[in-house]
Amino acid sequence: MNVLFLSAVWGVMMMFTGFLVKCKTKVRYIALTGMLLLVAASVADFAGFSVFNIKAPHMLFFDRFSLLFMIIVTATVLIYFLLSSRDMEKVGNYYSEYFALIFFVICGMGLISSFQSLLILFLGIEIISIPLYILAGTEKKNLKSNEAALKYFLMGAFSTGIMLLGITFLYGATGTFSTVFKLGPDTPPSALMIVGMLLLFFSMAFKASLVPFHFWTPDVYDGTPSVFTSFMATIVKAAVFIAFLKLFEESFGALHTKWQWIAAVITAATLIVGNITAVFQQSVKRMLAYSSIAQAGFMMLAVFALNTDGKEGLLLYAVAYSLATIGIFAVLAKMNDYTYSGFNGLARYEPLIAFSVTVFLLSLAGIPLTAGFLSKFYMLKAAMINGSGLWLIILAILMACVSIYYYFRVIQAMYFKEPELPQFSAHPSFRLGLIAVSALLILFGIFPNWILNWLYF
Amino acid sequence: MPVNYYIYLSVALFVIGLIGVLTRRNAIIIFMCIELMLNAVNLLLVAFSKMHHLKAAAGNAATTAGSEAQLFVFFSMVVAAAEVSVGLALIVMLYRNIHSVDVNFLNRLKY
Repeated sequence: MNVLFLSAVWGVMMMFTGFLVKCKTKVRYIALTGMLLLVAASVADFAGFSVFNIKAPHMLFFDRFSLLFMIIVTATVLIYFLLSSRDMEKVGNYYSEYFALIFFVICGMGLISSFQSLLILFLGIEIISIPLYILAGTEKKNLKSNEAALKYFLMGAFSTGIMLLGITFLYGATGTFSTVFKLGPDTPPSALMIVGMLLLFFSMAFKASLVPFHFWTPDVYDGTPSVFTSFMATIVKAAVFIAFLKLFEESFGALHTKWQWIAAVITAATLIVGNITAVFQQSVKRMLAYSSIAQAGFMMLAVFALNTDGKEGLLLYAVAYSLATIGIFAVLAKMNDYTYSGFNGLARYEPLIAFSVTVFLLSLAGIPLTAGFLSKFYMLKAAMINGSGLWLIILAILMACVSIYYYFRVIQAMYFKEPELPQFSAHPSFRLGLIAVSALLILFGIFPNWILNWLYF
Repeated sequence: MPVNYYIYLSVALFVIGLIGVLTRRNAIIIFMCIELMLNAVNLLLVAFSKMHHLKAAAGNAATTAGSEAQLFVFFSMVVAAAEVSVGLALIVMLYRNIHSVDVNFLNRLKY
């Protein structure tokens, strides 16, 4: 509850900061203070200490899983602020409003990780989406940014409509908005309920950019200013998956065998299309957009398997994927050239940055000793325990091999190509931050229990 | 009147909106079609609310069953209003840059 209140209040405060404080450095420090407070608040939530104790029965329910996820979210956003908040200054004139929007998104993530009513799910998804539409269009004079924002908005509003229809059908079938409803033990679910479930499935797939519904993703991620792409492609996506898993575990766990094949088909399609298309991209930013689709395919394995290993794995995946992608985008945002040749010879003039980018890419590709490896391992283990998708596991491993090709192209460009004009200027603390993030990735790759033990003890 | 008719009417409205979104090229019209989809759902919510209320009131006259769907309608109207304000702002931003609201323009990122 702390996080929900504090993020909303701090968001409003940042809006006032926008016209009260003109100095951008001060604005940044206010936002960082807010983020630190939010991390503290989420830890306090986890420890059972809540300042705002409002009972919301059948609406919100905080368990260890959702509270731990909120700690991960706030900590990752803090790292994101530390690495990228300086680059946000370059985008448009409304520096502190961007922070305000991000705080609102965190509030939405708090809602969708702990909902127990479809109303809260709907509100949470919207509280996440609406600020993101604005963030996508922050470069007002740039036609690409305009296009990204409008496309994101139209697609997002469209999928909201589909989600609402699904919720309504479910309500018609069950008479309640609660996610925990009783299915009759013998009676088959009504047609209304099946259609509602499918509509909810498709709209969540839209939000999580799974394959038949992914067409907006590369364009939106490409057109959005890089600093904001790194936010919307990582933490937000992980939160959507948490909601996806929660909804389908609580509401439709009993019907699992009926919809599992759809999840399997969508996972397979996402893995294939995401990885194969990423191979052909010329721009690193667009490659990362497709790679985010490919990684979504891996995260989808948790929804496919629907067991405890999947839940644990999804948390680890959220950490590994978010940290690595935020790191790469933080470097990318400082580049002028987004093609592979922009990375040429980076190791010559920025060896530390090149090293940490290598660690991020290795983690994304799932090389052992990085957190990315273990998170992929957990996903495959979950699917293995579920036992009904051996072909899916083989496909996932094959596609992870394909992904090595396009991730290693960047490493090859950094280490084995001659540098062109050095075009990179970074603050020393930026290098330090990147090294710290890559150290975190390696540490979590060796000791994943540092995160996962908190689920139980 | 049986609730089936309401389901047919709402789904018909929803599908009209859906087809509009998929076929029209003007951003404002697409936007109106999305609003039509949302409002079709609101209508259906109210119909279901009445249905559940009548079902519960048969046994117990003082029941509040079904009232939550009416509340949901208010929430979805508020969210739709927020979406309108953001969406129209985005469309105006686009219009200022290219003096058109045609979504065929939305293909620069592909190349």
